[in-house]
Amino acid sequence: MASVQLKNVCKKYPNGYEAVKDFNLDIEDKEFIIFVGPSGCGKSTTLRMVAGLEDISSGELIIDGKVVNDVEPKDRDIAMVFQSYALYPHMTVYDNMAFSLKLKKTPKAEIDKAVREAARILDLEALLDRKPRALSGGQRQRVAMGRAIVRNPKVFLMDEPLSNLDAKLRGQMRVEISKLHQRLGSTIIYVTHDQTEAMTLGTRIVVMKDGIVQQIDTPENLYNHPCNKFVAGFIGSPQMNMITADAVAEGDDVVLKFAGQSITLDETRAKVLKDGGYVGKQVTMGIRPEDIHQDEAALKKFEKAQFTAEVRVYEMLGSTALVYFDMEDAGWVASVDAGLKVSAGDTVKLAMDASKIHIFDHQTEKTIIN
Amino acid sequence: MKSSLEKSRRRRTAGTYVFFIIGSIIMIFPFVWMFLTSFKSVEESMLIPPTILPQEWQGKNYSDAMASLPFLALYKNTILMIVWRVVCAVVFSSMAGYAFAKLNFKGKGVLFSLVLIQMMLPSQIFITPQYQMLAKLGLTNTVFALVFPGIVSAFGTFFLRQAYMGIPNEIAEAAYLDGCTQWQTFYKVMAPLTKASMAALAVFTAVFAYGDLMWPLIVNTDLNMMTLSSGLATLRGQFSTNFPVMMAGSLLAMIPMVVLYLFFQKQFIEGVAMTGGK
Repeated sequence: MASVQLKNVCKKYPNGYEAVKDFNLDIEDKEFIIFVGPSGCGKSTTLRMVAGLEDISSGELIIDGKVVNDVEPKDRDIAMVFQSYALYPHMTVYDNMAFSLKLKKTPKAEIDKAVREAARILDLEALLDRKPRALSGGQRQRVAMGRAIVRNPKVFLMDEPLSNLDAKLRGQMRVEISKLHQRLGSTIIYVTHDQTEAMTLGTRIVVMKDGIVQQIDTPENLYNHPCNKFVAGFIGSPQMNMITADAVAEGDDVVLKFAGQSITLDETRAKVLKDGGYVGKQVTMGIRPEDIHQDEAALKKFEKAQFTAEVRVYEMLGSTALVYFDMEDAGWVASVDAGLKVSAGDTVKLAMDASKIHIFDHQTEKTIIN
Repeated sequence: MKSSLEKSRRRRTAGTYVFFIIGSIIMIFPFVWMFLTSFKSVEESMLIPPTILPQEWQGKNYSDAMASLPFLALYKNTILMIVWRVVCAVVFSSMAGYAFAKLNFKGKGVLFSLVLIQMMLPSQIFITPQYQMLAKLGLTNTVFALVFPGIVSAFGTFFLRQAYMGIPNEIAEAAYLDGCTQWQTFYKVMAPLTKASMAALAVFTAVFAYGDLMWPLIVNTDLNMMTLSSGLATLRGQFSTNFPVMMAGSLLAMIPMVVLYLFFQKQFIEGVAMTGGK
C-alpha cells in the first residue's frame, strides 16, 4: 500500500473551464479518503487524474514518493472501480478478474490463486463461470471489486461504486467495503455524492465545490465544526437549518433576531460576535435539526432560545419524527421525539440548544463560531 | 361481454394471419415461378395464357445451364469475392469505426464527414475511376478486381462507429487501467463487444457482393473470371432468351446463398433487425 500526495493540482480544459483548482492533499498509507461534493464539483475529475485517465494541467501527483504525472495508468499500480462497474461483458467473472494479470503475463497458477482468493473474500466462488449479464447488481459490484483486488494495487480508486444499487444493497455493500478496507489495509480514494457513505466509510473526507477544496477533515469534525456555510449545509441529513439574522446587543447579551423571533446566545458565542465586530450586523445562523427540541425539559433548559413555528408537514420515522415548518422563506426541519403528536397547521413551541448554534459571516460565508 | 371480446380478438388475429399469408404469397411467388419455369420447355415458358405446372418436367434445362457456363469457376470467383469483401469490410470498418467513435485525433470531424459524403453519393460515379485504376495496373480479370471496390466500406465504417459509440467509455478505460495498450483495448475488449454488429455487416456485405452485377460485368470480361451474377447475365441473348435454362442457372446460382443462410440464419435475422433493414 502507499501514500498519495496531490500538490497544487489543477485541471483546465482547452475551452478554459477549470474543473479542479489548486488541489492539495496528503493521503497517508491505509487511509480511506472520501471525495464528496455536488455534481460538477470536480471530485471525479480529481480521481481520474489520480488514475491517469485525465492529464494534470499543473501541479504534482506523487504516489509512494514518486511523481507520476507522466506515468501511464497501468504503471501507476492503482486499480479503479467504476460507477457502472465496467465489467467486460464477453468475459466470465473469472476472466474479468484475471484479465489484468494475464496482460502482465503472470504465471497461470499465480493468476488462479489470486482470482480464487479474491473470489473467496467477496463470496464469488460460485459465480466464476458466469458472464456479467447473468449477475445481479450487487454481484456485479463485487466482481468489480474483485477485479481491483486481484491486482493487489498500491491504491484503490472507487468512483461512486454503490450509486447503481438499491438502498438496501447499498447499505450492505457499504459494510462490505468497510470490512474490506480493514482486511486489506489498503489506501482507498472513494468518490461519492452520498454523504451517508462519506460519513460512514471515510477516515477523512474532502468536501469540494466548484473545483475548490472546501474542507478536509474527519467525519466528526466536518459535522460538528464545518468551516463554512457550504460544508455545514452539505454535510448532514436532513441538512442544517439556516437563516439570516441580525446580531443585536441587549445589555450584556447578544441576541439573534430573525423572522420575528429572538434567540439569546450563550456567553461564548456572544463574546466571539462582540470581539469579531459582528454585533449590529447581519450574520447567518445555523442549527442542525436534532439540536431543535420540543420536550418540556429542553424548553426549560433553553428558555432563551425558544421560538414558535407552524407545522407544515409531520413525518413519523419510528424512533424520531421530522417536523417541517417555514422560517420566513426558508424551509426548516426539526428532528424531535416521536412522542410528539402534531399535525400540519398546528403551532408548536420549540427550543434550540444554544450551545450548538453555528454562526457564519454573512458576506464570506465562513464560520464565525460553531 | 367476454365472448364478444373473444370474438373481436379472434377476428383481429384472423385478419393479421390473412394479411401476412397474402404478403408471403406475393414474396414467394417469383421464386416458385422461377422454380417451375426451370422445368418447362422454351415454348411452354412463353405460352399465353401461362401454365402453372410444367406439362412435361424438363430436367435437361439444368444440364444445359451447367454446360453453357463454367459453374465451378463462377462459384469459386463468387465465393472468393464474398469472403474477401466480407473480411475487408469487417476488419477495416471495425478499425475505422473504433477510431471515429473512441479516439481523439486532429481532423476527425472532417474525415468522418468525408465518409458520410461518400455514403451519400451514388456508387456508380466511382466505377470509372476505379476501373481506370485497375486497368492501368493490369489487374482486370482478376479476383482482386472483383474485391477492389469493397476493400473499404463507408457504410460499414459508419455502422460500426455507431456500434462502438454504444459501448461505454468506462469499459475502454477499465481495459486501459488493467494494462491494455490502445491496440489491445481494441481487439481484446472493444471489438468482441461489437460481434453482433460485425455479423450484421458481414451478412449485408455478403448479400450485396452476391447480388452485385455491374462491377463484375465491367471489370472481368473473361467468362472464367466472372461471378455467378455476371455469368448468368451472359445467358441473356440479343434476340431471344432461353428462360427455362436461365431459371435453372439462377437456381443453381442461389446455392451458395442458401447454404450461407442455413449456416448463418440467426445472424441474418439479427442483422436485418439491427439495421432496421426489414
